Amino acid sequence: MMLAQTLLLAEEAHTTEVEGADLILPAPYDLLWSIVIFAIIAVVFTRVFLPKIQKVLDERAELIQGGIEKAEKAQAEAAAALEEYTAQLTEARAEAARIREDARVEAAQILAEARRRAGTDAERIVETAQRQIDAERHQAVVSLRSEVGTLATDLASRIVGESLADDARQQRVIDAFLTELETTVKAEG
Amino acid sequence: MGNLLAAVVSAEATDSGESKSYIERMFSSDGFHAPSITDFFPPAIFGDGTIFEFNRIMMVRVIAAIALIALFWFVANRAKVVPGRLQGALEMMLDFVKDQIVEPVMGAETKKFLPILTTIFLAITFFNITGVIPFLNIASTSLIGLPIIMALWVYVLYLAYGIKKHGLGGYLKNNLFPPGVPKAIYLLLTPIEILQVFILRPATLALRLAANMIAGHLLLVLCFSATQYFFFAAAGAMKSMAAVTFAAGFAFTLFEIFVALLQAYVFTMLAAVYLNMALEEEH
Repeated sequence: MMLAQTLLLAEEAHTTEVEGADLILPAPYDLLWSIVIFAIIAVVFTRVFLPKIQKVLDERAELIQGGIEKAEKAQAEAAAALEEYTAQLTEARAEAARIREDARVEAAQILAEARRRAGTDAERIVETAQRQIDAERHQAVVSLRSEVGTLATDLASRIVGESLADDARQQRVIDAFLTELETTVKAEG
Repeated sequence: MGNLLAAVVSAEATDSGESKSYIERMFSSDGFHAPSITDFFPPAIFGDGTIFEFNRIMMVRVIAAIALIALFWFVANRAKVVPGRLQGALEMMLDFVKDQIVEPVMGAETKKFLPILTTIFLAITFFNITGVIPFLNIASTSLIGLPIIMALWVYVLYLAYGIKKHGLGGYLKNNLFPPGVPKAIYLLLTPIEILQVFILRPATLALRLAANMIAGHLLLVLCFSATQYFFFAAAGAMKSMAAVTFAAGFAFTLFEIFVALLQAYVFTMLAAVYLNMALEEEH
């Protein structure tokens, strides 16, 4: 009974003895529990949770940093490749231009050569033809001369009815005739 | 032993005889109960009168601490490089402390003090927010002990790091005799600085936090007990006053959430500033 009374008294004392100053003057039990609770939080957060999370954050930063570096490297590589390609392209263009120029020069040479050769050929052909014509003409003249002579002699002997036995005279007459004939042919054509 | 048992039984009997059940009390009013500072000294659950006295507010603190630790336990053990939604939300809080509080104040020293200051911010946020959580309904920091412990931690930290860096003499000279002042001014300045460094900084840290939380609790209790009184006890047109006080209570609840975060921000910011002042070469 004594104990119960003390308990009740304590309860009463508890509710009546509160003053304004109690709000800023901590009770011992308040400090004790505060220390216990806050110490637990402080330890687990500063020693366990925050380092764990920080590790993940660092890992992420590293990954992003690595990604950026990789991208930069790829970009540099691409730029180098582009430069190389451009250089190659320029070189190829120059090469093509050179080849084209060479071809043009060669073509011009070939053309000139062909033209020259064609010219010579034509000259030669003309010359040969001329020579052939001359020869044929000469032959024709020779054959004509003998044939026409015979024919004419036959004709003349038939006309005059006499044989022109005198060879020298005969020859002279024929020659005169032929020369006349020749001039006439020449004049005609 | 028998006596004790009898006493407890009789006490319970008188208790239940005097008051109605919890539900009945919830939907009735036996007059207006003004909020009072006894709210901050609830009856003990165990260890009454001893240093181990454990009451409702201690229990609220334990619940807040468990919630905080459980949340971070869950996230920290599953922390991934690509964060999920919960981890993203918590990282936002951590980034807020880092980018908005610690880095602007401490600069190069950020890495060293970020875990401590983050812990303070998170702990205060959780302890404050219990003031608006249904059934807890009281900020764990509204009883001065917890703010004092946290302020003391900051106090010990800034003294320890200051002395470690500058030596005892160097630290005192830096802080109590700020350079660039005529010698005679020290007569005036040094006592003020002593008061500042050794008493005012930790005291104001603790008092600002506790006072804000006490005031918030009293405001909320005032609004809601008035609502209860007007709704169940008042007659006629006065009943409609319940709507007004309820709206006020609702607004103050939102305001208390804001204050809970703001006070965590202020406490952490000042802790960072004090630590930085202790480490600075000259100021």
